[in-house]
Amino acid sequence: MEITFYLSAAIAIAATLMVITVSNATHALLYLIVSLLAVAIVFFVLGAPFAAALEIIIYAGAIMVLFVFVMMMLNLGKAAAAREQGWLNPGIWTGPGVLAALLLAELAYIFAQGGDTPWGTAAVTAKEVGIALFGPYLLGVELASLLLLAGLVGACHLGWNQAGIETGHEEERGHENG
Amino acid sequence: MRTVEAIAAIPMHHGLVLAAILFALGMIGILARRNLVFILMSIEIMLNAAGLAFVVAGARWEQADGQVMLIFILAVAAAEVSVGLALLLLLYRRFQTLDADAVSKMRG
Repeated sequence: MEITFYLSAAIAIAATLMVITVSNATHALLYLIVSLLAVAIVFFVLGAPFAAALEIIIYAGAIMVLFVFVMMMLNLGKAAAAREQGWLNPGIWTGPGVLAALLLAELAYIFAQGGDTPWGTAAVTAKEVGIALFGPYLLGVELASLLLLAGLVGACHLGWNQAGIETGHEEERGHENG
Repeated sequence: MRTVEAIAAIPMHHGLVLAAILFALGMIGILARRNLVFILMSIEIMLNAAGLAFVVAGARWEQADGQVMLIFILAVAAAEVSVGLALLLLLYRRFQTLDADAVSKMRG
């Protein structure tokens, strides 16, 4: 069963190498998502299923979607339509696709072996994590909520200024067209 | 004891070596790339590697603390990336580029 750990570790390293060497930002994002999925499988194999679920939901789900949104906002140029055609080229998504297929095969292998606790090691369940989180680490939870609030206010403030600039441009364009 | 089986299956230092490699790759990305999107992605990789080290240590002693620290790291990463991407958008509107060296010409 150790093969699952080493295979997903190799996939994580290979995908991360591609992230820092590939030139197109969107391709790098695809490889980064694959790398995070591989790390999630490593978490699962190490007996931390709750951490694996969080890694997929928050990292590969929410944070990467934020990256994709920003990338799409930056791509609003004349070349965007031509680039959209380029996405359909199979050469772009074969690399991440093959790595993700390997991870899927690995997951199928884990569940075929019998599922929950990979090698009979006691998994640290979500219940224990929750008890620890809201017991001794309650102050940390409060601080994290404060940090997230600060991040929310900061991003809102920065986005507010940028929205003002953009609407100014839009009005100018509207006047020129009219 | 179950912990002994876990050690026999996978030594802890293999997980830590994986975390160290991922961290080093993220650091190389920060040092080598000049595009701000890649720099933010490299920061994500490094935070993720730190969380991996915490989870490996937590799995070694079968305590929940490692995963608790991973949750805190996730919160930090979410706050950091939201502010960082907002700054990146602002920078792109102002300089029309994502080159980190363009910002070095700022005065005041």
